[in-house]
Amino acid sequence: MAEKVTIEEVAEAMYKMVKDTMGMKKWKAMDLQKAAIELFGEDRCDKNLCKEAIKELVNSGRLVYTYFGGSYLEIPHKEGAAND
Amino acid sequence: MAEQMKKYETPLLDELEKGPWPSFVKEIKTAADWNPMANDLLGLLERSYRDKIGHWKHGGIVGVMGYGGGVIGRYTDLPDEFPNVSHFHTMRVNQPAGWFYTSEALRTLADIWDRHGSGLTNFHGSTGDIIFLGTRTEELEATFSELTQAGFDLGGSGSDIRTPSCCCGMARCEWACYDTMKLTYFLTQHYQDEIHRPALPYKFKIKCSGCPNDCVASIARADFSVIGTWRDEIQIDQEMVREYAKNGVDIVKEVVALCPGRCIDWDGETLKIDDSSCRHCMHCINVLPKALAPGKDRGAVILLGSKAPIVEGAILSSVIVPFVKLDDEDSFNDIVELIDAILEPWVEEGKNRERVGEFIQRVGLGNYLEAIGLDPQPEMIRHPRTNPYVFYENYLEEE
Repeated sequence: MAEKVTIEEVAEAMYKMVKDTMGMKKWKAMDLQKAAIELFGEDRCDKNLCKEAIKELVNSGRLVYTYFGGSYLEIPHKEGAAND
Repeated sequence: MAEQMKKYETPLLDELEKGPWPSFVKEIKTAADWNPMANDLLGLLERSYRDKIGHWKHGGIVGVMGYGGGVIGRYTDLPDEFPNVSHFHTMRVNQPAGWFYTSEALRTLADIWDRHGSGLTNFHGSTGDIIFLGTRTEELEATFSELTQAGFDLGGSGSDIRTPSCCCGMARCEWACYDTMKLTYFLTQHYQDEIHRPALPYKFKIKCSGCPNDCVASIARADFSVIGTWRDEIQIDQEMVREYAKNGVDIVKEVVALCPGRCIDWDGETLKIDDSSCRHCMHCINVLPKALAPGKDRGAVILLGSKAPIVEGAILSSVIVPFVKLDDEDSFNDIVELIDAILEPWVEEGKNRERVGEFIQRVGLGNYLEAIGLDPQPEMIRHPRTNPYVFYENYLEEE
């Protein structure tokens, strides 16, 4: 049986996905989960691991939730709509 | 501070104070005497009424650390003209089940909001939450910190499980067929992750009503509706029925003729109900509350899929579980199991901003029931005694 990846490894992979596509793609939690499972394989990565990885990324402040008609995960940035 | 604040002329808003009902304008004006945010809100609202356009920008990155729900970002598009509402974020605070507070709790909430926001609140918003209207981004963490110290938490917003809400149930209502407050509290605690960390295609609302009067309108507004009901006979106190008749209630006109199941008979002495044809609409019980009451074998019906119109129009919930007893923690865990099963195919395959009811319409109820492991039942209908829309395989085979 394949060895499970760690929460940190999944979190790092997810962060990279978001960072590499910043400004081009908005990621929902489910998109990140599907992408991570596809990347690592179902035998090494599962939903709970992905959920914990997202929690880790958000709790550490590396990703934030945003709302644009739906909830997304993004790298913190100054949004265009924000006033000073 | 009041002397330094700009005074806005508000002829259009003033019109809204002239009717017979209490006006939100009056409350904003009261707050505007001391709060610059409320003062600029008056000016901005007047401007919006004049321009016939909302001067708000909605959404974006606002929230407290670790949470993706509970804060709704809002900025004005006229920040130079109305600098004190340049940021005007809403915070949703998880209400106590049944909306019961002590006076001290209400004062605590109001004081927190006076310190950190506009002082304007909405008890309660259509979501059921306590709504704090208007604060700046830099005040969010401080407000959240004080709220948690006072024992409150933020509620849901965005694509998450929204703050579950319920009627006052057994706390004040003798018609409650199960403990709505207990179930709501249980579900709120169980789904903390799902309430605070949006991971769904769109919002998912849970509302619990104690009886078919459905005081929280769950059948129209909740994706997952738990509505109290009974499966034995309506309890009748014949003496009290006669008392109502003696005091002027026209039993035939006001009760018998309005029964949708046509199952009530009144001969001037005795009220008879054919319970097998009763549709549990509550009308007769509402008209004769001292004489009639729901039966003793009480539980709930579970419905799925309603929503208020946003993308594709309003949908009412459909029955998926005709009757379930809800009298212990095991039965509450069964509800959790059902909700988890309901969420799974929707989360996997739902489109962005597609409510679960819309998802079911797209994939078909038969396919959806198969995916969540429920067998079709004759009670899974849109309206009582009409249009059953589940097709049975053996029925199709006979065709």
